[in-house]
Formats: sequence, C-alpha cells, structure tokens
Amino acid sequence: MAGSAQVLYSVKGVKKYYPVKGGILRRIKNHVKAVDGISVDILKGETLGVVGESGCGKSTLGRTILGLEQLTEGNLVYNGTNISGYSKKELKPFKKEMQMIFQDPYASLNPKQTVGEALEEVFIIHTNLSGKERRENAIRLLKEVGLTEEHFDRYPHEFSGGQRQRIGIARAIAINPSFIVCDEPVSALDVSVQAQVIKLLQDLQKKHELTYLFVSHDLGVVRHLCNRVLVMYLGQMVELAPVDRLYENPVHPYTEALLSSIPRPVVGAKRDRIRLQGDLPSPANPPTGCPFHTRCPIAKDHCAAERPEWREIEEGHYIACHER
Amino acid sequence: MSESILSVNSMVTAFKTKDGLLPAVRGASFSVKKGETLCIVGESGCGKSITALSIMGLLPSNGKVTEGSITFENKNLLSLKQEELRKLRGNDISMIFQEPMTALNPVFTVGYQIREPLMIHQKLSKKEAHQKGIELLKRVGIPAPASRMNQYPHELSGGMRQRVMIAIALSCNPKLLVADEPTTALDVTIQAQIIDLLNDLKRDFNMSLIMITHDMGVVAEIADRVIVMYAGEIIENGTVSEIFNNPQHPYTRGLLSSVPNVDDPDFHLNPIAGTLPLLSEKISGCRFHPRCPHAMEKCRSVSPDAFQAAPTHSARCWLMEDEEVRQHGGQRASTV
Ligand SMILES: Nc1ncnc2c1ncn2[C@@H]1O[C@H](COP(=O)(O)OP(=O)(O)OP(=O)(O)O)[C@@H](O)[C@H]1O
Ligand SMILES: Nc1ncnc2c1ncn2[C@@H]1O[C@H](COP(=O)(O)OP(=O)(O)O)[C@@H](O)[C@H]1O
Ligand code: SF4
Ligand code: SF4
Ligand SMILES: [Mg+2]
Ligand SMILES: [Mg+2]
Repeated sequence: MAGSAQVLYSVKGVKKYYPVKGGILRRIKNHVKAVDGISVDILKGETLGVVGESGCGKSTLGRTILGLEQLTEGNLVYNGTNISGYSKKELKPFKKEMQMIFQDPYASLNPKQTVGEALEEVFIIHTNLSGKERRENAIRLLKEVGLTEEHFDRYPHEFSGGQRQRIGIARAIAINPSFIVCDEPVSALDVSVQAQVIKLLQDLQKKHELTYLFVSHDLGVVRHLCNRVLVMYLGQMVELAPVDRLYENPVHPYTEALLSSIPRPVVGAKRDRIRLQGDLPSPANPPTGCPFHTRCPIAKDHCAAERPEWREIEEGHYIACHER
Repeated sequence: MSESILSVNSMVTAFKTKDGLLPAVRGASFSVKKGETLCIVGESGCGKSITALSIMGLLPSNGKVTEGSITFENKNLLSLKQEELRKLRGNDISMIFQEPMTALNPVFTVGYQIREPLMIHQKLSKKEAHQKGIELLKRVGIPAPASRMNQYPHELSGGMRQRVMIAIALSCNPKLLVADEPTTALDVTIQAQIIDLLNDLKRDFNMSLIMITHDMGVVAEIADRVIVMYAGEIIENGTVSEIFNNPQHPYTRGLLSSVPNVDDPDFHLNPIAGTLPLLSEKISGCRFHPRCPHAMEKCRSVSPDAFQAAPTHSARCWLMEDEEVRQHGGQRASTV
C-alpha cells in the first residue's frame, strides 16, 4: 500500500447514535454513541483492520458504512460518489459492490434454504442469469471456497461451523463485489479451522482484488491479515497506522495497553504488561474530554476537559492524545 | 518433588446417546501436584470440559465415568456418595465456568451468593459471612466491594462477574481450583487482569489449578504442565517448556502453528487440514491419522502407545517409536 494508492471508500465524520428510551412516556432519554466521529479513507485492495474492546462500535461502523444503518451524521463517498443521502433504489448498484461476512454464519443463513438455493438467491436479486447459469455459478462458487458440488442440496445444519463460514463467504463473493466488511469472520471457529478460513480469505482477496474492512478482537489475526489498523475506543478513533508500525511502535496509551495485554505463546517471555484499571465506561455515558481518561495511566487534568484532536505524527500514522 | 493432590487413571467418560454409548474421554491419565498449574488444551469438542466435570462429579445426566479412577488426597472420588462429594466441592475443590452469567443466579444479589457457601460449609453467621464476602471481593480486585454486595449479576460487567465467580470459588480456600475457559468470553485487557489475579492467588495460597483453555498464549503465561487432548484422548503431556519448545505430536505442532504470532510480521500460517471427528465416528489406529501429514501405514490400523521424549514428557505417536528405542531402550511411558 504505497502513498499513491487509490481511495475506494472515504468515510467522513461518521456518527451513529442509538436512542435510549425511558420513563413512562418512553421518551428518548439519552443516546448510545456507538460510533462517534470516524473518518478514514479505505484504500483499493487493502485490508483495513478495526480493533478495540467489545462494545466499542466496530460492528456498528461496519454496518453503517454498508448502508445497513441510517447515518446519524457524516458522509460516505464510494469511488468518488457521495452516497450518504441516497434512497434504497439509488443505493442498489452500490450494494452490489459491497458485501458482508458475519461472525455467526449460522444466523446469517436461512435454515429452511439449501445452500444451493441460498447462493442462487443472490443471483436472482442482482443478475438476470438463467436457471442453468445460476446453478453452474453456484457450483463454481462452492468449489472456490473449498466445498463440493455434493453440498449444493444440503441444509445449513448439516455443516460444521467452518463449512458454514465458507458458505457465508461464497455468498459474499457471488456477484463480484469490490468491498467486503468481514465482521469477526473467524472468531467463532476453532484455531485449526480458523487458520483454514484465514487462508481462504487471503487467496480470494488476491484472486479478485478485494478490499476488506476486517473487524476483529484477535490482535494476532489482525497483524497477520491487515495492511493498516484502526484502533477504536468508545466509538472514537484513537490510533491509525500501517500494521507493522502499530504493533512495533504503538503511540496511543490505549493501543499500548491493548497490545501489552495479549498473552504470548512463548514460555518465560518477559511480561511488562500495562495494567489497565477498571472497566470500559458505558457508551451511553462516555467520559468527557478524552474518552480514555478514566483508565489512562498517564492522564493529566486537562484530559478530562478537552477532547484530543486527531493528528498525523508521522506519515500515515495518526493518534488522538494530548500527551503523546 | 511434592506429591500429587489429584490423580486420574485410565478414565473413560461416556454418554448415552441415540447412537449408543459413546466415549467422550478415552482413557485419560494425569496428575496434579500441590501448587501446580495444569493446563488442558485442545479444540472445541475434544473433551476438556467433560474431563473437568468428571472430576467434579458434575456430569450431565446422560454421562458417566465408566472406567478408571479419580483419586483426590487418597480418596477415590468415584466411590463417594453424592453428599460426600458435595462437601468436598464446598471445602476442597472449586470450579469456575466459562460463562459467569449462567453460573451466577440472576435473581439473587452478589452478597447472597457469596454468603451462602460460607454459611453452609464454614458455619459462619450471616454477619461474619457478609464481612468475609467483602474481603473476598476485595481480594479479587473489585472496587467498592461493600456496595457491590447489594447488586445483582446483570448490573456487573463481564469481567466483574468473572471475578465474583472466582471470589465464590475461593471462599472455601480450595486446595484445587478447576477453571473452565475462565477468560474466553472476556476482552484481552480484562483477561490479563484475571490471569494476573490467578497467578497471584496461586503464589499466595499454594493452590493447585487445572485450567482449561484453547488459547496457547494463556497456557504459556500460567501453566507448569500441559496436557493436549484430541478427540477424547490425551495425545501429549509435558512441562510447559517441553510442549512449547519441543512439541512431539504432529497435532500439538499443528496447534502451535495455527495461531498467528502477534510479534512476527512474517509469521507463516500452516493450518491443520480437516476437522475434529464426531463422537460417533469410528476411526481405526491413531485417531489423528485422517488429518496427519505424517500418517504411515501402521497409523491407520494400530493405535499408538505413549512414548517418552523425556522423563516428564510423553506423546502418543508412532513417529516417536524409533526415537525412544534409541534413547531409552524401548521403555514405555506410563504417564499418558
Ligand atoms: N450431554 C452430552 N451428550 C452427548 N454428548 C456430549 C454431551 N456433552 C458433551 N458431549 C460431547 O462430548 C465431547 C466432549 O465435550 P466437551 O464439552 O468436553 O468438549 P470441550 O473440549 O470442552 O469443548 P468446548 O471447548 O467447545 O467447550 C463432544 O463431542 C461433545 O459433543
Ligand atoms: N440496535 C441497537 N440499539 C441500541 N444500542 C446498540 C444497538 N446496536 C449496538 N448498540 C450499542 O452500540 C455499541 C457498539 O456496538 P457494536 O458495534 O455491536 O460493538 P462491537 O464493537 O462489539 O461490535 C454497544 O454499546 C451496543 O450495545
Ligand atoms: S489524551 Fe490524556 S487521557 Fe487521553 S490517552 Fe492521551 S494522555 Fe491518556
Ligand atoms: S501416529 Fe501416525 S497418524 Fe498419528 S500422529 Fe503420529 S504419525 Fe500422525
Ligand atoms: Mg461486534
Ligand atoms: Mg468446554
């Protein structure tokens, strides 16, 4: 990913708030600030990792930029076209370009539909292929993700978790999208199957020149798979950097703590872990100023008062912190 | 070397199913010493939890230990009456579960759930139990413990619930703590807090720990010894450095190279082909042979013995046969 890389999808100041209702009148009492101001240019052909603790807004970000959630604020510019205010109909050609792979492949498949039907359905919605062509294409897809023609007439419950994830992947690549949001696609899988699916995702990316937004809490998988990584905390961006820079030289105190918390599979490794105090605050009631100040080991008084600005500290490496 | 507190010998645990009686654990033997941490590793479905539940006497109603023995401090656990087992679980052995929300009762306060076992097993008064409960919550690092006593489980975060579980499990000062994936559902920063806590507790109370996990990073941080399970069998048993620095079984090696190394930009991912067999699947010879890159003719028909790679290290794989004959004059291992 050189500096000259082209921007495929520009995410500008995106916010997604969910209302919290309460009281007898069920009035809106408050908002969960699930995504609270994310701006990032996703480059053609890259894998952009999104990491952070559970509840920090990773999935919401993924869904929002796929147009599956109404934007609260911000702009989405896909391949030069601002699609933020688009109607469902206007969005259709763009939806064909963007797909999603989910953590729980079972929940994303219809249990009453055979795998063949599930794949053909995608062609019915987005193409005018004949029945015969649809079947041929579905079988080609099954083979491409490491399944066989025999799987065509089987139902989701007849597959293992890893196989179901392959079906989810086949569906996502069926109509040659350019951009895929992978939301924890291997988190529910055992390590040996997880490694197989990671390999498949890498092979498909190369073959079809795909761009991935890869959401994960597994920092090992992210290092292995991603070109750049965005670290989120309570809906906000705290650090963005090329993958090796981020892992070798994390600058934001939260990234530092996150990386130092990973248990390393090395016996007797020196552990100088940064112990974070306390738990993640509620996104309905985020701290003022820097969202991390309640747990930050180097927080100063002004951190609670002013939100740090997002700035570039070296080429392609951004952070939001007053002290670093 | 100190003596074993727990020893499991040739244990078989089977389930009554519509396909007949199927063994989920197939002849497991291992022991745990005083103050030692044993990690049980392996992929989902390999028999880790069932091994733990067999020891605890908490198997689901269709499961039973059908062969072998489990000895805790010279008591044969399999011959104890339900009542005696319950007493043992309240005083000497405790267990923590993967999902703290299912193990804590949602309708009772944290305080109630932590006082109960203290009042029953240690015969404390309600007031004493309350005081002790606050101390326990403090010990596991819960801030403002007195006010937490009045809260309900759903009012706590996942990490805090897991700490409450640990506090309850520790209330009897157990000699042995069995922890089934206690950090799997937690974020890494919280997981790190729990691992630190368990390590502190081990050091301070010389407690023995059996820790079940599929995370090799967690194993490296906490284990003294490791057993690796595959499809119901213990296929390798060694000290933590033997397992990580000199793994013998092809499955153990596969597990270690299936996890991307977070510190290595050029890590080469080398997945094991295929998937774990079903409980009902019949496999001749070595149970790993359909997935093993080194499988030989013999592997398909004859189940491998346990061979010794070092006095404390053994594995079930035919590849080790020649090696062992050369080094140890053909002695067979007794530890796997
Ligand atoms: N009540 C039951 N009836 C029938 N089979 C069972 C029952 N409980 C467990 N099993 C089977 O026993 C085997 C071992 O189960 P166990 O829960 O010990 O695996 P595990 O390694 O701990 O898995 P995980 O990591 O997913 O918790 C599995 O094949 C499982 O399907
Ligand atoms: N439909 C919804 N209604 C209310 N809150 C929601 C909804 N979806 C997500 N949230 C909240 O938004 C925050 C971010 O959620 P999510 O993006 O799913 O987190 P994760 O990083 O785990 O994927 C969480 O606090 C979550 O509870
Ligand atoms: S701005 Fe302050 S509180 Fe936030 S990360 Fe930086 S030092 Fe810590
Ligand atoms: S006994 Fe044979 S099949 Fe089994 S692990 Fe060893 S080499 Fe592989
Ligand atoms: Mg999510
Ligand atoms: Mg289990």
